[in-house]
Parts: sequence; structure tokens; C-alpha cells
Amino acid sequence: MSVRSSIAVLAVLAFVGLLTYGLVSKGTSNLELGDPAPDGPMPRLEGGGTASLADYRGRWVLVNFWASWCPPCRDEAPALEQFQRQHAGPRFTILGIASRDLSSDGLAFVREYGLTYPQLRDGDGSAADDYGTTGLPESFLIDPQGKVRLIARGPVDEEYLREEVAPLLPKARS
Amino acid sequence: MRLRPLLLALLPLAALAPAAVAAEDVTLAEIEREVMCPVCGTLLQLAEAPQAQRQKAFVSRLIEEGKSEQEIKDALVAEYGEEVLALPEGEGFNLSAYVVPIAAFVLAAIALAVAAVRWRRAGGGGGPDRPAAAGGPKGEDAERLDADLARYDL
Repeated sequence: MSVRSSIAVLAVLAFVGLLTYGLVSKGTSNLELGDPAPDGPMPRLEGGGTASLADYRGRWVLVNFWASWCPPCRDEAPALEQFQRQHAGPRFTILGIASRDLSSDGLAFVREYGLTYPQLRDGDGSAADDYGTTGLPESFLIDPQGKVRLIARGPVDEEYLREEVAPLLPKARS
Repeated sequence: MRLRPLLLALLPLAALAPAAVAAEDVTLAEIEREVMCPVCGTLLQLAEAPQAQRQKAFVSRLIEEGKSEQEIKDALVAEYGEEVLALPEGEGFNLSAYVVPIAAFVLAAIALAVAAVRWRRAGGGGGPDRPAAAGGPKGEDAERLDADLARYDL
């Protein structure tokens, strides 16, 4: 193969590689049960500073992705808050993540539903992509070792929380 | 001295004047053409999703506050990240979005020019002022071609 042909082949391969990288980098992950949950830092929705799922290692955490412009997120918010009030403690918390939402709208949402669980902000949606979300809301139950134990695509309700999430949590409320 | 209360009353209006001028500098339509709806993945001007409506309201609010185009874009980036910009800022790694296409165009133009020069040197550019290429008709074929051309009075 001549030098010119080699250069042409390399150029074509580089072009195809660039396109492949573009497709792969735009794709979302496919998080499955048992996988380690992504735990990159995010800004807090309230109070400033950053936090991450890793800060809650050793506790069960129900990570809930939501946005104020999403009607099903509004539907599930009261059930989530009620569950938090019933089960929150040193061994469990809900962790809300406002995704692709304006911080002012997110704060208004938190106030409107009186949400007491901690909230992070995922403005560019990168955390939602890391979790492989395909829409909002979605919830992920993470065990104390940081592994995914439950995935709820779509809104959760009182029944789901009672029958699917609660049985996995430590019985004694500390 | 009777003017003094009047001037004091007008003072807040004077403070609003720069904001009003700045607001005229940028419109919602202009911003919509240059930023993305992060949920829809399209330009904001094409998006009708609930999130896009919130984003448009946010931009309108900033325009009313007299923010400049750059300030509005900065605010959107603070909320949604760099990907909210339809065209990335021309600095750092983002500069490649502008440099790479230009470099590719220049390289392609140089490659075409080099190829054209080589093609001409090889005798591929046979025009009316040049002898026919080596691969042209010869002998009987050339005579038949001349006869045909003469018949059609070309």
C-alpha cells in the first residue's frame, strides 16, 4: 500500500472514530441493579456548596430525579415527603435531584410541597444521564455500599414505597 | 427650589433609564436563536416543551431586568451548563468547534489545489488550445470523428 493510500485510510478511520466517539459520548449509561451508583458532586439546591451521594455512604438512599416543570413529579412529591417523614434517620434518607430545572423554580417546588429531604441540582442533566434516566421522574434505591437495589422508571406512589422500598430498609428506626 | 421635589421624584426614573436602553439591545427572539432547550435538544425557538416555556419566561425576566445578551447567556450557563449554548464560547477546548472546521476547509482546499496542479501536469486538462490527450482517438477513429463533426457543422 502506498504512502498516499495509507494516509487516506488513516484519515477515513480517524473520521469514523470521531463520529463513533460523538455517538458514544452523547449516549446515556445503562445502569442496572447491582451496579455502583454514580456519586459525582453536585451543587446543593439550597444553601450553596456541593454534596454527593458518597456523603451518604452507610445509609440507604432513595435518589429521586425530578423537575418542577414535570407534572408526574408533582404527583409523587407528597408521597415521597410522607415516606421521608416516616423513615428518615441515620440509616435512610431520600435525596432529591432537580434535573434540568431552573434553581428558582426548583426552590419554589420544594417550598410548595414542604419537602424536607436534601436536594441537589443537576442543571445540565449530566447526573441524570449517568444514571441512564430516560425521563422524569425516576428513582433509584441505593444500598449502604453504594449499589443500586431498585429502579423506578416513572413516578412512585405510596403503594410502591410501602411494598417495594420499605421492606428493604432496616426495621428499627434509630 | 420648587424644582427640587420634582427632581427627587424623577430620580428613580433616571435610574431605570439604562435598564430600558439595555432591554432594547436584546430580544427574546434573538436569545432563542442562540440557546438550546436542554430537554428537547433543539434550539429554544423551536421548542414548546414545558421546560422550554420556563426557560423562555426566565429569559424574558432577565430582559425586563435590563440584562445584556452576554449576562443572559451567562445566567443560562449557570443554570443549565455550557451545553445550553447553541454555539460554544470561543475559548479553551470549545475553540476547536470553530478552528477544526476552518482547518479542515483549508486543508481540503490545499489538497484540491495540489490535485488540480498534478492533474494538469499529467495532461488531463486538454482544452481547445492544447493538443488532444494521449488517450484520444487516433487513425481511423480520428478521421471518422472529424467527418462526423464536419457533418454536424460544429
